[in-house]
Amino acid sequence: MLTFMASDSEEEVCDERTSLMSAESPPPRCCQEARQGLEDGDNAAQWRSQDSEDDLDEDADRYMCSGVPGQPSGLEEELTLKYGAKHVIMLFVPVTLCMIVVVATIKSVRFYTEKNGQLIYTPFTEDTPSVGQRLLNSVLNTLIMISVIVAMTIFLVVLYKHRCYKFIHGWLIMSSLMLLFLFTYIYLGEVLKTYNVAMDYPTLFLTVWNFGAVGMVCIHWKGPLVLQQAYLIMISALMALVFIKYLPEWSAWVILGAISVYDLVAVLCPKGPLRMLVETAQERNEPIFPALIYSSAMVWTVGMAKLDPSSQGALQLPYDPEMEDSYDSFGEPSYPEVFEPPLPGYPGEELEEEEERGVKLGLGDFIFYSVLVGKAAATGSGDWNTTLACFVAILIGLCLTLLLLAVFRKALPALPISITFGLIFYFSTDNLVRPFMDTLASHQLYI
Amino acid sequence: MTAAVFFGCAFIAFGPALALYIFTIATEPLRVIFLIIGAFFWLVSLLFSSLFWFMARTITDNKDGPIQKYLLILGALVSVLIQEMFRFVYYKLLKKASEGLKSINPDETAPSMRLLAYVSGLGFGIMSGVFAFVNTLSDSLGPGTVGIHGDSPQFFLNSAFMTLVIILLHVFWGIIFFDGCEKKKWSALLVVLLSHLLVSALTFISPHYGINLVSTYIIMVLMGIWAFFVAGGSCRSLKLCLLCQDKDFLLFNQRSR
Repeated sequence: MLTFMASDSEEEVCDERTSLMSAESPPPRCCQEARQGLEDGDNAAQWRSQDSEDDLDEDADRYMCSGVPGQPSGLEEELTLKYGAKHVIMLFVPVTLCMIVVVATIKSVRFYTEKNGQLIYTPFTEDTPSVGQRLLNSVLNTLIMISVIVAMTIFLVVLYKHRCYKFIHGWLIMSSLMLLFLFTYIYLGEVLKTYNVAMDYPTLFLTVWNFGAVGMVCIHWKGPLVLQQAYLIMISALMALVFIKYLPEWSAWVILGAISVYDLVAVLCPKGPLRMLVETAQERNEPIFPALIYSSAMVWTVGMAKLDPSSQGALQLPYDPEMEDSYDSFGEPSYPEVFEPPLPGYPGEELEEEEERGVKLGLGDFIFYSVLVGKAAATGSGDWNTTLACFVAILIGLCLTLLLLAVFRKALPALPISITFGLIFYFSTDNLVRPFMDTLASHQLYI
Repeated sequence: MTAAVFFGCAFIAFGPALALYIFTIATEPLRVIFLIIGAFFWLVSLLFSSLFWFMARTITDNKDGPIQKYLLILGALVSVLIQEMFRFVYYKLLKKASEGLKSINPDETAPSMRLLAYVSGLGFGIMSGVFAFVNTLSDSLGPGTVGIHGDSPQFFLNSAFMTLVIILLHVFWGIIFFDGCEKKKWSALLVVLLSHLLVSALTFISPHYGINLVSTYIIMVLMGIWAFFVAGGSCRSLKLCLLCQDKDFLLFNQRSR
């Protein structure tokens, strides 16, 4: 889910010595936050129901939400374009990093390309001799997987509607515990095996414990933004690797296609579960669980200057837009129109909050993008062209999705366009371009 | 083949492109986006070329023999045509986009067409180079002996240099092409197309690396000089730049005091 967010962190006191940013999103005034919380709960719900691997928040985190409704439109467009490009890059970088980690692991660690059983969500095997049977099995696997996801989402909506926040939080914590400790341990073990490096158990436990504990703190409580982003990228990559390993070939492709369709339906249809979640959260004006959303916000929370008393109640401070880039500078220019109107009641005191002019993308998006590229890297016959083509296709899809977000200014799913492009380019590159390029290369022709 | 060959060839082929990217494009988000869109357009053109070649092959029923070689050559030449066509399509798209940007925020300076020409050329070039060379590069990390069957042992080096020249040529072609489109000088477009066809055709005489590589480099130098003058450079500005007396350098020095 891609979101623009305006947040205020009035609940935390920041002074010059803390440059930590709370992982908690500030009180949402926009739909995406609710959606995120719901997805997190969704994910949590899904986590709990699985013993080992989980099928993460595929449905929940693929939404995009725009900023404030009802803004002067001309100004909005201008402002969007003004930071449209920057936000696209702020999302390109983490998506690229996640894909690089996944592709590097797939190409070097053989564990993740070995077939060692399947998830319980994809019970039908693909080892049948006939093509028709294999296709049927993969479609059945997809149906089961998608129905599990739909059931989870609905369960989550119900939980959220009945305000079972502790339950959802517990789920989230359990799922990140599993990712950060168990899967990291397995991953580290396989990497050490691949490179034939010996590590004794005390060192291993110390490493994994530190990694996991800091990760839990960063994701669920407070931590530097960069560290939080790094951890989210790493857990998305770990999750994607699990999917790549345990989903059978054809099922993976059909599931990717089906997930995009479901995403589209769930976000845009009036009775879609995710849309309902968003609306509920919007009505309640509640914070969303941040643990499963990647936030690219450039938030500055250190040493803010005192508000000019004459401009009380308005966040119309003339920030220097050039200073957006560094971490410790006033993040946002004076374009309050795009964001929610600031909460009243900042009478000349130190402005602790900073408007996040960032974009948020759900981790499910990261995971499925990486699954697509990782599968392309794993199943291609050592061919890098297919992987690169899928990578470019996904980035272009992300670009287009952000453009649509800027145009429509409402919740949009982030998966469909990218996954469609990715799938088209995967199949066409693998079947058409690869033989062409291979033949050209063998005759040493250049086009 | 060793890591030395891998890194050496990788940096020969992609070093200049990487430097160009880091110093001119990486700092501006809009340019990065246009670069990636350019790469995407090249990819789509390659897709269409492969489709054409595939259909031609199925029509001739995949018979082996000299007809396959001719089909391949035809495929390569058609691919060049399709690439230039997509360059034109990208030009049209950029024109519309910059008009759109200008109408939306007239104060903000949208990137100029010349800059977009450079960025698009680099996008095309990087994608083209990567697709041509990356599989070869990854093979160079593995075991093997080059030229054991009598082929040239300089295979990797030759491919790396060829990739480099193709990337640079795409940059220059992009600049010249867009300028020709802007000024409606269709002869410039024709020259770009013909030189691209020539470069591709030169690779058909592939075992004779010397000839094809040297002539391609000569073409690149000529294109580079033309692109330099088209982009607004002149002998005088070049001299000032080299002697560190140009306006930007002086202003930069002033500012840092």
